[in-house]
Amino acid sequence: MDLYRELLLDHYKNPRNFGKLKTGKGTAFESNPSCGDKIGVAIKVNKKGEIGKISFWGEGCVVSMAAASMLTEEVMKRKKLENIKKINEETVLEMLGGKKNVPPARFRCALLGFNTLRSALMTGLVLVKEHPH
Amino acid sequence: MVRENKKYFPIFETQQDLVYLDSAASALRPKAVIDKEKEYYEEYPVNIHRGVYRLAERAGEEYEFARKKLAEFIKAKIPEEIVWTRNATEAINLAAGTWGEKYVKNGDEIALTIMEHHANLVPWQQLAIRKGAKLKYLDINEEGKPEMNQKNWNKWISKKTKIAAITQASNVLGTINDVKAMIQLIKQINPRVKVLVDGAQAVPRMKVDVDDMGADFYAATGHKMYGPNGVGWLWARKELLEEMPPYQTGGGMIEEVKKYQTIFAGLPDKFEAGTVNIPGVLGLGAAVKFLNGLGMTNIRKHEIEINRYALKRLKEIRGLKVLGSGEPEERTGIYSFWVDGVHPHDLAQILSGENIAVRAGHHCAQPLHDRLGLVATTRASIGVYTSRADVDKLINGIDKAIKLLRG
Ligand SMILES: Cc1ncc(COP(=O)(O)O)c(C=O)c1O
Repeated sequence: MDLYRELLLDHYKNPRNFGKLKTGKGTAFESNPSCGDKIGVAIKVNKKGEIGKISFWGEGCVVSMAAASMLTEEVMKRKKLENIKKINEETVLEMLGGKKNVPPARFRCALLGFNTLRSALMTGLVLVKEHPH
Repeated sequence: MVRENKKYFPIFETQQDLVYLDSAASALRPKAVIDKEKEYYEEYPVNIHRGVYRLAERAGEEYEFARKKLAEFIKAKIPEEIVWTRNATEAINLAAGTWGEKYVKNGDEIALTIMEHHANLVPWQQLAIRKGAKLKYLDINEEGKPEMNQKNWNKWISKKTKIAAITQASNVLGTINDVKAMIQLIKQINPRVKVLVDGAQAVPRMKVDVDDMGADFYAATGHKMYGPNGVGWLWARKELLEEMPPYQTGGGMIEEVKKYQTIFAGLPDKFEAGTVNIPGVLGLGAAVKFLNGLGMTNIRKHEIEINRYALKRLKEIRGLKVLGSGEPEERTGIYSFWVDGVHPHDLAQILSGENIAVRAGHHCAQPLHDRLGLVATTRASIGVYTSRADVDKLINGIDKAIKLLRG
């Protein structure tokens, strides 16, 4: 097991898309009461109905922070909602080096950003529906 | 002395480089305890209660002998004042669910301290909700000790207080409460208040005299006192146990059952319904014998010695803060701390890579962490087997984590 690899530490120390994007509805904020990790995610849907911008903020351990950071990059890579919706828990664990690399006790850390992203997408999708381009 | 103590614990035979610093969660188990459970299963693995054949007699005798040994260990007047439970949590639920259910009424007050473990908090909180009673918390000071000024106390304990539930030793702060003085003060303000002491962390670490401290109830758990899992105990004064309704009903706790009514058995059977954890109780008896063999005075001396060394070494780490008292004599070997720039989960994980076992989280004391403005801490807690070399490895591990994560 090599959880604290260079890649993760790099994302932890230099988080990508970090900050608080001001969007109307596409934001969510969730926390993990057992360790106090908190992550917010904001998405901005562009005119094409794709994700134009994403940001995350909050505080937490290496696993939750690095996973969230990597996740935002993945979202920007996929752009299209139908592709983003295909991201699942497996995808996230794969980004962290696969299940063998993440001890079960840390799954909740790993998935905090993902769960927050889903919530943000939900409110964001409502937004898309309300204002069809 | 400590190197010698490791030899009693079989786990060190197969895991020589294990640094076990999670004894506040569960202590490791000595061979004597494991052997006692094995003896039961191999030699007389039968039920107790009115067995007339020889094996049942033997099991029954061993079972009551363990009760007697524990009674002597904690200075209970008679063995029947001890009720076996599954753990400390069940012991406290038993007190809240029987004595509390019977006597706590709408408008009454229940007094707790802010440092209580959830096990000594949630059962009282839920009782208060059921009854419309009010919870009152005693705060702590900078050193993690209970506020002891008159003004706070007069708010904490009143004429309406029915029961106070306080821990003897905090599972987070390392604080040792002077429960004897606290009980005296409580009863000075209101002599009718009953006091339950949570001894889960104190029993394995110091001499306990339930009678002398003036408690009415005392709860503890087997797995933290080097005994088996699945067994704990409640001590209560005989008069109280007699006036309390049974906790669970069924077999083993009856004198006579008719179709429409039942006469309950006397102590201690009244509170031990169903087939009990016989090997667990026997193992706990062996744990008491083990603790007696080492001597509680020696155990405490060793703890203070490790405290002195560990507190000094931990203080050397920049950005590390240990909760609770800095005086080795005033505290237990339970060190909760945070390190600037290093999340407790990461620290515990990185230490695990070095085969060092510590715990990260709120340690079942969320209201306490809220009070301290922390969400999680890392906790290292020692046992009778802990050596200075273990402390050194911990310090090196923390250094390593800091190098990896800071900057
Ligand atoms: C102070 C304190 N009280 C009660 C308990 C509960 O013990 P158990 O889980 O065995 O019921 C613990 C265990 O963590 C504890 O530390």
